[in-house]
Amino acid sequence: MWNWIQRFSSPKHFYGMSAMIIPWFAISALLIGVYGLYLGLFVAPTDYQQGESYRIIFVHVPAAWMSLFIYMVMATSAAIGLIWQIRLADMVAAASAPIGASFAFLALVTGSLWGKPMWGAYWVWDARLTSELILLFLYFGYMALQSAIDDQRSADKASGLLAIVGVVNIPIIHYSVEWWNTLHQGATVAKLDKPSMHIDMLIPLLLMAVAFKLFYGAVVLVRTRNEALYRDRNRRWVRELIEKL
Amino acid sequence: MNWSEFFNMGGYAFFVWTSYALTLIVVVANIVSPILQRKKTIARIKRAIKREAIINKSSS
Repeated sequence: MWNWIQRFSSPKHFYGMSAMIIPWFAISALLIGVYGLYLGLFVAPTDYQQGESYRIIFVHVPAAWMSLFIYMVMATSAAIGLIWQIRLADMVAAASAPIGASFAFLALVTGSLWGKPMWGAYWVWDARLTSELILLFLYFGYMALQSAIDDQRSADKASGLLAIVGVVNIPIIHYSVEWWNTLHQGATVAKLDKPSMHIDMLIPLLLMAVAFKLFYGAVVLVRTRNEALYRDRNRRWVRELIEKL
Repeated sequence: MNWSEFFNMGGYAFFVWTSYALTLIVVVANIVSPILQRKKTIARIKRAIKREAIINKSSS
């Protein structure tokens, strides 16, 4: 079992395997994303309270979900890297950070563009907004630690610890709308009873969420390949590969 | 529904379309940036290989 994990998590093996998977992620993300956008912009009915402005939801909510999902992937990979010394896991964590940061940023700005017409302000120091901003700063902190420490093993240890400690922020973001009286609306999809959302709005939202996840899958694989090349730059498999390019 | 009505988004055009434009920018940036990173990494390793070849030649 252990030998099996070691073999399949070797950067060389990953490099070969990932090349075959990436196009499938990319193509399915594109197809599902285009269909989701079509349903979201043309088919979904107008909201009776928010008019057409609610259509921001189809990019805002998937972006916010991704910022949380990618953080969990990053922290889990960092933990696997720390505990079992699997180098590929550290590479996945490092590759995830900039993608997660971009989605956290997108969730914040699209939220702000939705907040202006609905709440009358681009920004309020509301619990949901503030905890999401902290998530963006956690991503930045991870990336800063990665690039500030020259020794790769030390960089992975330091940034990995930050990522793991930062996990405490994830339930805070999720429950912020329940624990505090916030301006941000409560959960409409991720709750125990059935979602309080019209099915014609829910389907494009879920399609967009799936498309974003597949998109992340493609991008993180490409970035992990780059990490593998760079970190193994003095190893034979990379040298042989580069000479063929 | 006609197109001008569609682009008007019930008066929320600025907020809705800016959100979608920013999403497009983030998606494109996430595609372009790893491609550039890959090119840079490969160029860097190629330079290192050349440098080592020169050092090996001069020392032998």
